[in-house]
Amino acid sequence: MSDDLINIKVNQKEIKVDKNLTVMQACEIAGEEIPRFCYHDKLSIAGNCRMCLVEIEKAPKLVSSCTMPLMEGMSIITNSERVNAGRKGVMEFLLINHPLDCPICDQGGECDLQDQAMYYGFDKSRYKENKRAVDNKNMGPLVNTIMTRCIHCTRCVRFATEVAGVPELGMLGRGENAEITTYLEQSITSELSGNVIDLCPVGALTSKPYQFKARPWELKRTDSIDIFDSVGSNIRVDSRAEEILRVTPRTNEYINEEWISDKVRFNYDGYYQQRIDTPYIKENQKLSISNWEESLKVLKDKLKTLKPLALIGEHVDLETGYAIKKFMSNYGKDNVECRTDNHAILESLDSYRFNTPLNDIENSDLIILVGTNPKIETPIINHKIFKAYNNDAKVFNIGENISLNYKTEYLGESLSYLNNENLIKALKKSTNPLIIIGSAFLNKIKNNKTLKSIFSYADKYKVITKEKNNLNFLNPYASRVGQLIIGNTTSNLCEPFSNLKKDNFELVLSFGSEYISNEQFNNCFKVYFGHHGDDGAMGSDIVLPTPLYTEKNGTFVNIEGRPQEAKKCHNPIGSAKEEWSILKKLSDELSFDFIPNTFDQLRSELFDKHPILSDYHEIIAVENPTSITPDIEFEDCKAEYPVSNFYMSDVISKNSVTMAKCVEEIISTPSLLEKSA
Amino acid sequence: MSSNHPGLSNNFSRSGEKFSWSKDNLRSIKNIISKYPKGREQSAVMPLLYLAQEQNNNWISIECIETIAETLNMPKIRVTEVASFYSMYNTRPVGENLVQICRTSPCWLRGSNKITKTICKETKCEINDTSDDNKFTVVEVECLGACSNGPMIQINNDFFEDLDEESTKKIIDNIKEGKPNVIGSQKGRRSSENA
Amino acid sequence: MLLVLKKAGEVQKMLNEKDKVFQNLHGFQEPFIEGALKRGSWSNTKEILSKDQNDIIELVKSSQLRGRGGAGFSTGLKWSFMPKNTGKQHYLVVNADESEPGTCKDREIIRNDPHTLVEGCLIASYAIQATKCYIYIRGEYHHEYVQLEKAIEEAYERGFIGKNACGSGFDFDLYVHRGAGAYICGEETALLESLEGKKGQPRLKPPFPAGVGLYGMPTTINNVESIAVVPTILRRGPDWFKSIGVENNTGTKIFCISGNVNKPCTIEEEMGIPLKELVEKHCDGVEGGWDNLKAIVPGGSSTPMLPKNICESVLMNFDDLKANGSGLGTAGVIVVNKNNDIAEVIERFAHFYKHESCGQCTPCREGTGWMHRMMQRLVRGEISPEQIELLENVTKQVEGHTICALGDAAAWPIQGLIKNFKSELISKYNKKLKAS
Repeated sequence: MSDDLINIKVNQKEIKVDKNLTVMQACEIAGEEIPRFCYHDKLSIAGNCRMCLVEIEKAPKLVSSCTMPLMEGMSIITNSERVNAGRKGVMEFLLINHPLDCPICDQGGECDLQDQAMYYGFDKSRYKENKRAVDNKNMGPLVNTIMTRCIHCTRCVRFATEVAGVPELGMLGRGENAEITTYLEQSITSELSGNVIDLCPVGALTSKPYQFKARPWELKRTDSIDIFDSVGSNIRVDSRAEEILRVTPRTNEYINEEWISDKVRFNYDGYYQQRIDTPYIKENQKLSISNWEESLKVLKDKLKTLKPLALIGEHVDLETGYAIKKFMSNYGKDNVECRTDNHAILESLDSYRFNTPLNDIENSDLIILVGTNPKIETPIINHKIFKAYNNDAKVFNIGENISLNYKTEYLGESLSYLNNENLIKALKKSTNPLIIIGSAFLNKIKNNKTLKSIFSYADKYKVITKEKNNLNFLNPYASRVGQLIIGNTTSNLCEPFSNLKKDNFELVLSFGSEYISNEQFNNCFKVYFGHHGDDGAMGSDIVLPTPLYTEKNGTFVNIEGRPQEAKKCHNPIGSAKEEWSILKKLSDELSFDFIPNTFDQLRSELFDKHPILSDYHEIIAVENPTSITPDIEFEDCKAEYPVSNFYMSDVISKNSVTMAKCVEEIISTPSLLEKSA
Repeated sequence: MSSNHPGLSNNFSRSGEKFSWSKDNLRSIKNIISKYPKGREQSAVMPLLYLAQEQNNNWISIECIETIAETLNMPKIRVTEVASFYSMYNTRPVGENLVQICRTSPCWLRGSNKITKTICKETKCEINDTSDDNKFTVVEVECLGACSNGPMIQINNDFFEDLDEESTKKIIDNIKEGKPNVIGSQKGRRSSENA
Repeated sequence: MLLVLKKAGEVQKMLNEKDKVFQNLHGFQEPFIEGALKRGSWSNTKEILSKDQNDIIELVKSSQLRGRGGAGFSTGLKWSFMPKNTGKQHYLVVNADESEPGTCKDREIIRNDPHTLVEGCLIASYAIQATKCYIYIRGEYHHEYVQLEKAIEEAYERGFIGKNACGSGFDFDLYVHRGAGAYICGEETALLESLEGKKGQPRLKPPFPAGVGLYGMPTTINNVESIAVVPTILRRGPDWFKSIGVENNTGTKIFCISGNVNKPCTIEEEMGIPLKELVEKHCDGVEGGWDNLKAIVPGGSSTPMLPKNICESVLMNFDDLKANGSGLGTAGVIVVNKNNDIAEVIERFAHFYKHESCGQCTPCREGTGWMHRMMQRLVRGEISPEQIELLENVTKQVEGHTICALGDAAAWPIQGLIKNFKSELISKYNKKLKAS
């Protein structure tokens, strides 16, 4: 590819770079850091802050390096007195109307403006005129605004339009009266809105829930994974003592890039509400406070006589899942199930995961949504579909006629609309078609044949080829793919619970699964391992407190089959104990075969059994792809979507005050503050 | 008692009444949109803002913005941005006669200050105010592009040029009395001839 | 042919009536089609359109016509930058957003001789392979807009434009788009943004409009006057045009004279007429006499002012004004006499630029406000010599650092003031200091 390389000089140092880069990017390759506010590599180039000025030999004026294409032989100077003076001038202009209220600003300590001012700022102000004051704007329950601090970089406007796909922010007016606002100060209606907080290079847009809570240098930073959907977005959890104060994204170009959903960013107040902090035992139809000794004794006795079934909930990590599987193996087979939503699968991994690598979605030219609402189930995947849409991909929808932030062609409500004439025509024309089968149908499919038909269909229309598999299965749960990989499922591929005879099981152990309250278990003795007191816990005979994902280490496999680790951020609340240690104690007392004494031993045993899981961050390969059969026959089933309210999709979010405010201010009354004449 | 030019405010308000296009305007809109390439209907936003303003007593309400956004299939915030950026779209109601006094140097050198005083006195308006009888809104504006004919003012669509205090008063008086005014030079010269 | 006399004071003949391109600049004749035909418009357009497109560009190049919008770039050369036979829609966009303080020339063309523009649009569009042309006219020019629309309608009716324009086989559509009160839309890329239905915020260059312009297509943007003189140049030949004025500063030019002269006016004259002659002859002199002259802004508010001594001899063309530290700009001549405070003239310009800044880029958005506020204090005699230096320094921090030229345009008038009248500004301060 030597055609694409050109020779340039940066501060007299000769380098060869790709000719399609900008001057700024070339400078970075040459090791020269260029200050910037408006430039962001995930957004369109605005060139408005003028901070990145550099000198180009023979050019009469300084140029903004973020906007400037390279040319053969170009000689760039980044360190001259002229460049420095230009940047200092820009910095001074940025500061003259900036309030300089850093001591009371939440951005303090991690503010681009503050940092750059250290290099380019004057030590005292030469501005003797009155400063501008700008009214704050309502943007909803998540984003706090202090608009006097705004430097008009328009990152937030570009993010809303280009990434979130909600053109609701804009810059009104002109000149020094230009103001950033949402339309009539309505709440931003995106599931990704919190990202504007990270994008804002100053303290104009900050987190409402985090307001005045902490300074960045007081916080302990823990790397973790978003477990509130199946995407596995990389997050950083910031805590002080035993409390989480903030959740922000970690960049992972393969998964979430640098975005996270508003749910994981803001529902952390729910981590501490309605917590189960001690064991409970049901006495006279009422749960009463117990202790570990008593409750485990009762449980142990039950385990001696009753035949157990284990249910695995949506937030269970792999180590816990492995411990459960190991424990349950003492009772035989077919007694652990993670598909509590009746998720239909085939044997192979390719039948229950998202087979297209997430960062390839944008390359598709035709996307068929089948029983999924990616906007509220997996906002990050929705963003990637939006990218494809912006690259002129056509999007079809089968299921309910849901509203998304891009145009779709709605075909009809049942699976058989896959045979729609328009769709077939489009598929034949497409060079890179992609299908997403969502839980709304997967949970309803009663017959293996239907799933196999979907594979045949995908094969027929080149969604699956030798090179790629763009037939994707999307469920919204963080635990699911991993638990299926380690085999925490019963042998019924469809409708796992339909064949369970009522008398088969007498004891149900639920690990965070609300399915325990299903009436089919009415005659069973019920034990709930979990952290939040919701329906599942309420109806149980024993409730045992376990830690949240931020209170222990754990491995999760994301929807595309990528194992990742969520790390412990602080100690469990109350007397919660990790599930594996409870099972270990019970095993010892029941004289079961359960070797690990420590979590590390447990994990290494898991990795020994499933070496593919130890390769963190790499997508697991499919060993035995689903074979293609000739028949295409879809059963008739009605879509039922797993998530109806993005902000209230799980027990933790349901307990978050912030999420409750979102429902009130974003979903119910978006135009709370609209002014009238 | 508004402190800024009605065309350069970032605040919009509702009129409280539904805004839907008149039949004539619906025809005009079709014609306007046809001037621009297919898929570029957004180009029509400025002409449509003019139409809406004309139909809506010379100002752009939130209802107007929402109707335009719908007609052109544009996000409402984009229409709002345009309406707030350009000074000729009034974001609040103005009087029957919008009197715009050019204040830029060429007119000022020839006495625009006196013209301003005269107008404020005769219309009983402060700058940026509307008179009690809603006959006049008076604003100062930047160069209107008739510099060789300064000082000058624009009332609604018409330019009045080569003004002095007397001719200015006469123009305002005529409006008050419902009498017609001669537009253009008040000194009787042809456009900007050297006479 | 005229003799060009470069020494001031010497009598120079006025531009010969028959050499005037705009025969009806002041509207004494009928402005529309009947009058236009009498004035020679549309007389042999078909013949012109039968020439090769490149030949037309070459002819315009050789006439040495320089853009009349301010920058003074060769019009023919600009046209030659348009890609050829791209298969894409090309556009000609005519900038009639005349908003530079001191400038009111295009207004006269549009309202009194609109067919020169309409015909020019057709020929220029043909030369750059553009089948569509938009004229972007400032919103305040309502009357002019009506006149122009009427002229276009007439041209369509007569088959001069539209399908098979003038029987040439060239299909051509011409539309008018009204601005709505934003000086910045006179900046060519801001104008394109505005035409696309957005805020008038200048685009980043590169890419340049010739490659990526209106709707992403190859586009040339020209000033009204540049386009309206083209038919006459092609009719009378580039040599005729070149015979007026001096090398590289050729042809006739419309000058608008405003401010403290006895008879402000807009007139067409020879490019390079001495400034003093322009003022004395056409405007009946400075109010209070030539010796009462303080300074002249020669080319619209963006050009630095000239002190009296330079006004004595400077020629009104691109190169001589440049050599004298200013520019021809739009040829909007603003005369300031000693009865007025020159600082306030510039303060009002500063207010203008603050008012018209689009707000997109930092130096202009923040700098225009800062400069204006300091100018206000300067007018009141409230800024010290050190602060005058600061003001000058701020203008330098704006200049050359913005996306478009508005930043420079805001900085230059202030720099011109300080350069020429610094001691006066300082004594203003000292006087105020003494008084308090």
